[in-house]
Amino acid sequence: MIAFWMLAPVMVLCAVGMLFARKAVHAALLLAVVMISLAVLYLVQDAPFLFAVQIIVYTGAILMLFLFVVMLVGVDASDSVVETIRGHRLFTGIVGLGFGLTLVLGVAQVSFGTVIGLDSANEQGNVPAIAEVLFTRYVFAFEVTSALLITAALGAMVLAHRERLTPKPSQASLAAQRMRDYAEHGRHPGPLPPPGVFARSNSVDTPALLPDGTASEASISRVLAARGTVKSVPELSDEIKELDMPEAGE
Amino acid sequence: MSTTPFIILSAILFTIGAVGVLTRRNALVVFMCVELMLNASNLALITFSRANGNLDGQIAAFFVMVVAAAEVVVGLAIIMTIFRTRRSASVDDASLLKY
Amino acid sequence: MVNLEALHELPPAVGSAPTDGAFSLLWLVIALPALGAAVLLLGGKRTDKWGHLLATAAVIGSFVISLILFFSLTGRDSGDRQVTQHLWNWFTTGSYSVNFDLLYDQLSAVFLLLITGVGSLIHVYSIGYMEHDVRRRRFFGYLNLFVAAMLVLILAADYVGVFLGWEGVGLASYLLIGFWQHKPSAAAAAKKAFVINRVGDIGLSLGTALIFITFGSTSFAVVSAGSHEASSGALTGIGLLLLLAACGKSAQFPLQSWLLDAMEGPTPVSALIHAATMVTAGVYLIVRSNFIFSLTEDARTAVIIIGCITLLMGAVIGCAKDDIKKALAGSTMSQIGYMVLAAGLGPAGYAFAIFHLLTHGFFKANMFLGAGSVMHGMNDDVNMRNYGALRKAMPITFATFGIGYLAILGVPPFAGFWSKDKIIETAFADNFLVGLCALVGAGVTAFYMTRLMLLTYFGEKRWEKDVHPHESPKVMTYPLIALAVLSAFGGLFTLNSWISDWLAPVVGEHGEHELGIPAIVMSLIILVVVALGVAVAVQLVGKREVPKVAPEKVSVFTRAARADLYGDAFNDEVIVKPGVAGIRGLAVFDRSVVDGGVEGLATALSAISGRFRLLQNGFVRSYALALLAGATIVIFALLAVNFG
Repeated sequence: MIAFWMLAPVMVLCAVGMLFARKAVHAALLLAVVMISLAVLYLVQDAPFLFAVQIIVYTGAILMLFLFVVMLVGVDASDSVVETIRGHRLFTGIVGLGFGLTLVLGVAQVSFGTVIGLDSANEQGNVPAIAEVLFTRYVFAFEVTSALLITAALGAMVLAHRERLTPKPSQASLAAQRMRDYAEHGRHPGPLPPPGVFARSNSVDTPALLPDGTASEASISRVLAARGTVKSVPELSDEIKELDMPEAGE
Repeated sequence: MSTTPFIILSAILFTIGAVGVLTRRNALVVFMCVELMLNASNLALITFSRANGNLDGQIAAFFVMVVAAAEVVVGLAIIMTIFRTRRSASVDDASLLKY
Repeated sequence: MVNLEALHELPPAVGSAPTDGAFSLLWLVIALPALGAAVLLLGGKRTDKWGHLLATAAVIGSFVISLILFFSLTGRDSGDRQVTQHLWNWFTTGSYSVNFDLLYDQLSAVFLLLITGVGSLIHVYSIGYMEHDVRRRRFFGYLNLFVAAMLVLILAADYVGVFLGWEGVGLASYLLIGFWQHKPSAAAAAKKAFVINRVGDIGLSLGTALIFITFGSTSFAVVSAGSHEASSGALTGIGLLLLLAACGKSAQFPLQSWLLDAMEGPTPVSALIHAATMVTAGVYLIVRSNFIFSLTEDARTAVIIIGCITLLMGAVIGCAKDDIKKALAGSTMSQIGYMVLAAGLGPAGYAFAIFHLLTHGFFKANMFLGAGSVMHGMNDDVNMRNYGALRKAMPITFATFGIGYLAILGVPPFAGFWSKDKIIETAFADNFLVGLCALVGAGVTAFYMTRLMLLTYFGEKRWEKDVHPHESPKVMTYPLIALAVLSAFGGLFTLNSWISDWLAPVVGEHGEHELGIPAIVMSLIILVVVALGVAVAVQLVGKREVPKVAPEKVSVFTRAARADLYGDAFNDEVIVKPGVAGIRGLAVFDRSVVDGGVEGLATALSAISGRFRLLQNGFVRSYALALLAGATIVIFALLAVNFG
């Protein structure tokens, strides 16, 4: 019960936090806290198998999937807090409160009798016991879930599939396009110069130096340039000198 | 170890999830709230399993997880498709089916 | 011993002796023209060449059979002259059964001879008259159809069978009036005839229904046997409905207006259908239903009144018409008025009604065909103001027409004298006023017929420039001669009261009517009145210049007579306009009240729905909120039940 009383307030707070988190990422992280806490509560209640499954499937797979989608949809997209449907928030509050109170009070009224506990059921260990039940009494339902999972996977593929509207470009056509860009816009036809020719630690943030000693803009990521984490040429020149010195000293 | 606190916690989490589904407009967050509701029900199932002394409740929770996994896969694919065509993940934007 | 007094009181019942010998040919009388019509109308162009000959042969065949049957009938005892031929059971519903039976008795026999005889002559005449018409085959097909339907009408032994023939002749009449359908006036006249005839047909169908309700059967045999047991109210109702039917078919007031327009049809049609046979079907119906009319004084009075009104109306209209066919049509109306009047006089008059019907069939068909002959020679001009002095150009037509003229005037010894005199005498015996009407009618008849004769055959030539009158071909004049002979000697039927005795088993006996004055004096009075009419006509028409165009400045009466005594205007005002107004009112009622109620309900529902519809705002979250609220209520209810 100690674990319960420690985790329950955290879980409720995190859940309430989900309601108010403006960014989807924050909501996902708060959900992760709730789920891991739940996993612990499963363990407390003699369900070690589901504890593992909860961590692996929910926190590991499902929440990761959520985060991927959040990434695709846009991390920055944050909700507006203004309610658009008139009176919706008020009614939701009333109904939600009524629902919660009804449930809580209803549950509080009921006495569930003496707790039997799973000691006898888990005599040979929780996992073999679950396996025995799953593969005997629930074997048909178990088989059906396999069909469900395959269907879900297929459905996801169908939904995510995008029809190709233009013919697939061949290598020759790509090359021709590149040459055409060069002819019309003077774009460099060859591969971009790699960064960090003279790098020491993190070569990606170090631009390549052109033969005249200037840094090549094309050699570094634009994101890094925007963040301003790229080392400037004057900074580099010192290092170059430093590098040159011992050679000169020799 | 009494069961009532677990059940009440489950009820509270379920209610918070429901309210979240109703108030949030971002489809992803709505979906997370649905997951929260499912988890809350799982907690209740496992608690009842312990109270009754057999594993059927745990099996049920297991199946809920399987179904939730499948649901998340398809649901997220749908959200992606909608986002791709509408550039929006708001559930209120998909409101053409009305009077 | 038969109770003589009872026999005197009750109308005779229709017998039902089975057919044997020659009478088994009875069905053939109908079948021949029906077959002719079928061949001509279904055969198409293949029958164009010989169709008219086949049609004529079919009718002549019917006539020959009719003659054989007639003489077979005369060979029998007078009490044994009713023959019924059972053909087949038409339909049976519950206890009600209608057999397709043919009844051949003295009345049918007379009609059979008239229809097939005059019909044959008119078929022959039509061969010449319709020679140049491209649709001649169709014309003869329709004529045959008419003859067949008319024979069904008079031979049927059941009111339902009569109704079949009644509708058949109505159809044939419609087709033949509108035969020259390219003329809008003909098409309109056909429609008018059809529609007004429907009014009368309603009378017949309702009358038949009432007969069925009263007697449980519609066959003549059952009805005539049971008529004296029926209530007087039912009999009067039946009588009035049958009178309505007769008014429609026989162009009696107030359904008379179609007959004048029906002259748009070819002249042989006017002669056969609208003078000699079909229009007399009403008279036939009344006489045939004598077992009903004899027992209901009220209905008979109505018949007499209708007959009086029509005979005067027709005569007055005939005075003012310049169209030769319309003048004759007015005359036809008037003469049928005489017959209806006679029929309304009860057993005393039935025989004279039929007799006048016969003689009228002869002389009116004769005159119509004569008029057709004149038109044939005058390039189909019907305006008498363009005739004049035709007696030399068309001697045969003139001679035959003249005999018809003398016959309709009632000059002895021509046919009309015998029949019309009897009617007027009987009318006087019944009621002085009725007799006076008939007498005045005779005078007016003399006036307009003389006017017609003078305008057509005497006086100056008023012909149009390119008209060269000539005598018609022999195929047309021979029927004229035949009919003229009949017009001249048709009166011989009444020698020694033959026609009355012949028909007595059908229509009942009657004692000698009591006239205050000797019959010969009566005849003289009538002749004087007729002579007066002739003299007035000679004075007014013969001695004066006949203007080319009808004068405008005429008396109110002439104007009224030219407008058919405002028959059409009356129909317009009394029936058409209120009908149209009523239907407009109904339309408004339908639109405002019925539609308003229905559409108002729909609008209200739609408005309420519009309010509720706003709940469907398309937001998933709103729906989910409703779902949660519902779940809350369900859980609350469950808890309340458990803990309550």
